[in-house]
Formats: sequence, structure tokens, C-alpha cells
Amino acid sequence: MKQDDFFALASDLSAGLHGDEVLLCQLEGEDSDMVRLNHGRIRQAGSVRQRGLGLTLISAGRQVEGGCDLSGDTADDRARARDLLARLRERLPHVPEDPYLNISREPSRSERVTEGELPPADEALGTLTAASEGLDLVGIWASGSLVTGLASSLGHRHWHESQSFNLDFSCHQDRDKAVKVSLGGHTWDPEVLRQRLEAVRRDLAVMARPARTIPPGRYRAYLAPAAVGEIMDLLAWGGFGLKDHRTAQTPLLKLARGERRLDPRVALAEEQGRGLMPGFTAEGFLLPERVSLVNGGTWQGCLADARSAAEYDAAVNAAGEQPESLTMAAGDLSTETIIERLGTGLYVGNLWYLNYSDRNECRITGMTRFGTFWVEDGERVAPVNVMRFDDSLYHLLGDRLEAITRERELILSADTYGGRSSASALLPGVLVSGIELAL
Amino acid sequence: MQSLREIAARFTARAPAVDYWTLRLVDEEHERLAVRQGVAEPSALSLSSGAMLTLVAGGGLGYAATSDLSPGGLATAAGRALESARLHARLGLFDGHLYPRSSARVEYQTPVTSPWRGLSLADKLGLLAAACAALEIDERIVDSAAWLGYRRVDQLLVTADGGELAQRFEYLSPGLVAVANQGSQTQTRQGGGADWAGQGGLERLALVGFREDARRVAEEAIALLDAPECPTGTMDLVLTPSQMVLQIHESIGHPLELDRILGDERNYAGTSFVTPEMFGRYQYGSPLLNVTFDPGVPGELASYAADDEGTPAERAYLIRDGILERPLGGRLSQARSGLPGVANARACAWDRPPIDRMANINLEPGTGSISDLIAQVERGVLMDTNRSWSIDDSRNKFQFGCELGRLIVDGELRGLVRNPGYRGISAEFWRGLAAVGGPPSAEVRGVLNCGKGEPNQSVYVGHSSPPCLFRGVAVFGGGE
Repeated sequence: MKQDDFFALASDLSAGLHGDEVLLCQLEGEDSDMVRLNHGRIRQAGSVRQRGLGLTLISAGRQVEGGCDLSGDTADDRARARDLLARLRERLPHVPEDPYLNISREPSRSERVTEGELPPADEALGTLTAASEGLDLVGIWASGSLVTGLASSLGHRHWHESQSFNLDFSCHQDRDKAVKVSLGGHTWDPEVLRQRLEAVRRDLAVMARPARTIPPGRYRAYLAPAAVGEIMDLLAWGGFGLKDHRTAQTPLLKLARGERRLDPRVALAEEQGRGLMPGFTAEGFLLPERVSLVNGGTWQGCLADARSAAEYDAAVNAAGEQPESLTMAAGDLSTETIIERLGTGLYVGNLWYLNYSDRNECRITGMTRFGTFWVEDGERVAPVNVMRFDDSLYHLLGDRLEAITRERELILSADTYGGRSSASALLPGVLVSGIELAL
Repeated sequence: MQSLREIAARFTARAPAVDYWTLRLVDEEHERLAVRQGVAEPSALSLSSGAMLTLVAGGGLGYAATSDLSPGGLATAAGRALESARLHARLGLFDGHLYPRSSARVEYQTPVTSPWRGLSLADKLGLLAAACAALEIDERIVDSAAWLGYRRVDQLLVTADGGELAQRFEYLSPGLVAVANQGSQTQTRQGGGADWAGQGGLERLALVGFREDARRVAEEAIALLDAPECPTGTMDLVLTPSQMVLQIHESIGHPLELDRILGDERNYAGTSFVTPEMFGRYQYGSPLLNVTFDPGVPGELASYAADDEGTPAERAYLIRDGILERPLGGRLSQARSGLPGVANARACAWDRPPIDRMANINLEPGTGSISDLIAQVERGVLMDTNRSWSIDDSRNKFQFGCELGRLIVDGELRGLVRNPGYRGISAEFWRGLAAVGGPPSAEVRGVLNCGKGEPNQSVYVGHSSPPCLFRGVAVFGGGE
């Protein structure tokens, strides 16, 4: 759906409002090719065209929300939207006044359109399969356009559109011995793919060596940015939201209360100014460029969405209370010296399936996965059979944190639940003096 | 369903000239109501309709999803599916003609005795407000909520071979949660059906005890604040059905998925420690372990008449007397692997193609009550309600945590313990299965968020199980 069509639809709906009614219209849409691969060949090839309309109808301090799919046909979409609005209007008198109703009454406008240079799916897949000849490659190519729009009867008009691709795959040596690659962005460059595949082939040569099985215990380790990303993804689940903090559910409760500290070099922030996500909320608020969450190893502030902001008398600084543009400050460890500094221990390329063992202690568990090697005397010597860790973040990013890398990776989310994600994280790797392996 | 039939008829009349096609039309309605700390959250009504077209042409297999259900919209989608089929024909993993053909004609409808719309919106909110108020029994309850979720799915699958599979599903997902805090210790307890969703209408509220459960939920959350930590050591473990759901799901259901065994999921959900040669001979668990794929259990989340490839669904044993019999694979995966399977090719919505999923994966009852299980324990822990789950990508090394534990000493239940957890290895854990509760102790539950697939898909999955006793398990509690 084009910007003008969406705004026209919103204007049409707004023109039919009754009395003091206020209407917020949100649009989420994608035109995506999605091709999954296995054994270096195409397992499923398909495409998705979808546009979801969200409506929030407000009157006399009450609000109701609704959503429906749009077809792309102007007349049909107006009929669908009007039907939905009518159903919401029927519901409105039956809900109580909402003390936490919180929308921006200031009409605002924004537009961000990021054009991409993307090849057709068949061209990209042809390049990929040719360049990965001989590799046991499995993963997904997803590409196309994503749009998010907001328009209201108060005059809000916001549009965020981008074209992007995400190529997320792993190459397998044997069963779970594999190396993972995530490529994404607005411009497709086959040369970058070839360089990454060369690195994959080098890593797989080490993967081919007999795997090392290590007993449970505490090990010196380097966690690559993707592994740090898995930890941050878990932490996002209840770690940073204002509601989670005010109801004592955050796993960072002791940090927030000053009972624990992280290493002074640890700094986390939500960088909404990165521009990959929309800079506005569904309620019409504009987002700040940056929200500091942790600085100097101490708690700084929460992410507050519109509802929590009203409930706890705070300013709105997030569309939702989970980071979607997280950043962790860089350190001074040069990428070239990681293995040397590690000496003997675990090089962890990725972690997997993290969850909390004890939220009160921010104790987390999870598995090693792709690209994990045993390092001896500054040299990768063998892959490691998967191990479970169970340790507190207060140790991993606290008293056992030795170094943070100078270089960081921009990790673009490959999530496609309900649609392609635009979330990202800019993260370094971390060297720790010990991580507890439990199984 | 009538409007879907009209759309299907229009498409069929001008169907593309390809080797085979299916059109899966889906019309959904979701509603979610919640009251949190005495305040009604904005009620949410979500409508969704769209189509997934599957084409086999020139040896390739292609998919296209669209929310434009007009004849022109479906024709455009067919064109895109054809492009994808050509790409698959050129670079595909298998011959597109392996895609299973269906001429089945089936109908299914969730039995409902108390329809969702039989209670007004205001009355539902009133019910939730009362339940939420009943959770707030103490100032240490720092958060509380009660909710009702409803979902209706009308799905019509028509095929080039005259197949017509019409299914209407209705689901109810109620729940309660109380969060208690004291100092830096926070404990959460859920109930009222929070992990007990199923097919049906409002009659399910009585089944899961929604109206009566609030006080127990809140009292247990508070009691856990002062409970000792779960002990650490190797001991016996009794799991209630609310945790058995997760144990079955992660360490039996997922490893038996045939697409994982075929390697499709290695980049995302993972592979499996199960290999093709294990079927028919591998000792998965003790002789007490019997697990079925059963799409016919009334009220279970994944009861259905046929899967999304158009294969009629029938009950089958996956594990019998501890021996692994067959994987969870739809007909396409069966054709690719040469292994038997079941009708479990499922899609989460109209915008995703079907893949091998769990459906209703049930642990068959044994004999006796949960008291009989406890009586067999000299020293151990009973654990209830999953709260943490983690397992390796081969579905072997797991670690799970529960909301509530109780010590067992000399065959009797003793006091509460908090932060109970246990870890093990699937290939060994089920061989320690020492007792399985009888039919009256079994509960038909499931999960609403089984995630898998590239592109990602989240589906509802049913699990029925009685309580079970396991010997020699590594158990632990909280703390650093």
C-alpha cells in the first residue's frame, strides 16, 4: 500500500467519526520473498503480500483496539476498515473509562523512505547456491519492502518504508557442528557474500577436527557479538521495561536498586535514532534519539511505552518496552587479538535457547551452538560438543568481565514471526574470565 | 465458511493450468480482554483473512500468500507462486511432484456448548475484574491480572483433485497471574487456565477452575517468597501435568519432527538427536512410556480432521512400551525420507506454508493417582507449572524451571520450595520414568507458542499427560 492510499483511507475513516471520537490508524505491511534452503538447495520458495490495519477508537475516556487485513484494493479496503470501525464503535460503550489512556494530542508528521538495491530472489539464490557449492548450507533468504504508517483524526501523518534483505544461514560440517552467517541490509553485494563464505570454509576446516568434549566447570571464554546478542535478547524479556521495574519483575531488579553493579565499562542504550525502526509510536508520540539504560555499570532508566508512562507518570520514550535498537558500548579489545587474549578456553560463536534460571539473581542458562571452538595457547584447536551454561549476568558482565571488543557488529534481526522484523542490535564481543558450564 | 466457499469456487473455475494446486483460505477472529490491577486493558479485536496458494509446475513447488481474495488478487498470487515454482524447479531440493495430492473431503468443527458471544463484553470484563480483585489479597502482591483470549479460525482447503477440507476451530485461553515481592525476592504464580488453553467455548472456564482459582494463585505466590530454595542434588522427581506438557513438548515432540531429522531446521529450531535408523528399535524410555499422535481428543488444542496438506488425520503411536515407532512428519516429509509419519503438516496462518509440527502429542496414562506416585519416593521434589525452558538444538541437554516445588520425604508431601529446576539429557531422562499416573489424573493441556520454521511460525499444540515419577534426576534451586 502506498503512503497516499493509507493517508486517504485514514481521512475517509476520520470523516465519518461521531461526536468527540478520536481515531488512530496504524498500518503494517510487507511485500516479501521468502526462500528457505537445505543442503544448499531450495526447500521452500514463496512470497507474502500483506497489509494489516490497526485502529484505536477513543471516546469519552474509553478506548478499544482492532485490526484487520487489507487487500490492496481501495474500495474493498475502505469497506473492510469501515466494518471494523463499526464493530469497535459497538464495543466502546461497554468498556470502562481507561485511566491510562495516553495518546499524543499534538499532530506531527514524519517520513522516512529507505530505498534498497535488491536483486530478484532468483538472482540472489543463483548467486548463493553457486558461491556455496560443496557446502551443506541451510537457512533463509528474505527480501522486499516493509512499511509502517500512522495517521489519526488529530492530524498525525507518519510513514516509515524500507527495502531490505536478510540472508541468514549456517553451513554444517556434521550434524550440529556448523558455522553461522547473518547478512542483511538495504544493499545486496555478492562480493560480501563471497568473503563471508571464504571465512566459513576456513572455520569449517577447524570444525572438521575431532570434537572436544569438556566436563562441566568454569571456563575462560570469549563470547562473540552474536552470542552477546542472544543474552541481550533474553534480557529484553522483562529487563528494561518501566512496568517490569515498578512491579519488581525485572531480572535487573538488584541492579536497579543499587544492590548489584555491572562492570563500569558496561553501557547499554536504546538507539532509536538508528532509523531502522519507525521513529514514532502507535499513539503518535515521537521517540527520542537515544535512551540510556545502563551506564558505568549502573542502572540509568527504563523504556516507557505510552500506557506505562501514564500509569507511572513518566515520559513516553519507546513504542514498546523491549529494546529494538539496542547498543552496547565498545571497549578496547582489538578483534585481531581476541584469540591471543583468550589464551586457553572457549570461543563461543553463538549461544542458543536462553532462559532464566533465577530471575532474582539474573541467572541465565542456555546452550553453546554455532561456531564454538576450544582454544589452546591462542589457537583454535577443535570444535566443542555443545555445552549448557548456567551463570549470572552479574558475573559475566560484572566481576568476570575482562574485556570488550573495540569493533562491534550490527546484527539485524532475522525474526519473521508475523512479518519481517526491523529490529537490530549494535554489539561488541566480550572476554570473560569464567563462565559456568553445568551440563 | 460460505464466503470462503464462494471465493474457492471462483478460483476453481479459473484455476491455473499447472500440474497441481491447492488453495487454503483462512478467516480468523481473535479477541483478548484483560484486567490488570483492577484496570481494564484496551480490549483488542483482530480480524484476519487471506489465502495461501500452492502450485506444482514443471517439477517445481511454489507458494504465494495474499490478503487480496478477489479473483484478480488470487490470479496475481498464482503468478507469483508460479515464479517460485520455476525457481524451485531450477534449484530445488526435491522434485515438486513429491508434494502430496489430496482429494479428501472432510469437515470438522470444534464442539462448543457455551459460545463466546453468549456473554456480553461488559459481563466478560466484570468477570475479569472480579477475578483480578480476588488476586489482590496482600500488599505483597505487586502485580495481578486476569485475562480471556478467544480465537476462531475458519479454514477451507480446496485442491485441483477435488479435495475440500472445511474446518472451524474455536479456542479459549483464560488465565490469572499474581506477582509477589518482598525485598529483592519476586515470585510469580499463574493459574485459572493460564497454561490450560483448549478448544471450546466459555464452558472451559469451569474445567480450568477460572472463577475459584484466584485465592490459591495469590496465596502460593506469597508463600513462595518465604519458602526455602529447592535443594540441590540427584533425587526423585514428580512432575505434575502442567510441567509434563513442557517435558513432552521439548524432549519428545520436537526431536521426533521429521523435518528436523531431514535437516530443514538446522539453521533455526535445530536438528534432532533422533536419526532415521532409530525408528522401530530405539529404546526412547522405560517400558512405561507410551506416546501417541492423537488428533481426536475433544477439547485438545490440535484436534482436527486433516492437516494443511489435505491428509486426513488418524491416531498413531509414536513410542510404544518405550520403543520409538514413527516420526512426526507429513506426507511430503514422508516422501522425502521414506519413513512413515502422521498428518501433521500445519501452517500457523494463511501467510505461511505448512511444515512438520507437533499436533496433539500425548503421554498415555498408566495406573494410580499422584498420591501413589508420591508414595514411591523416599526423597525427592514435586514440581508444578513451567516457568523456564531451554534445550540444545539436538533436543538432548535440557534445563527446565518451575513456579512451585514441594519436598517429598518418605512418601509424603512436605513444605514448599522456591525456584525449583532440573536438568538432564533426553536420551537418558525418559529411561528413568518409574511411574505414570492413571487416566483420572491425566489433564488435557497444551502450549500456545510453539515456534519454529523459516519463515517463523507459532502454532498451538496439545499435550495430554498424567503426573509422572522419574528416578535419579539432577535437581537444583535458585541463587547465584
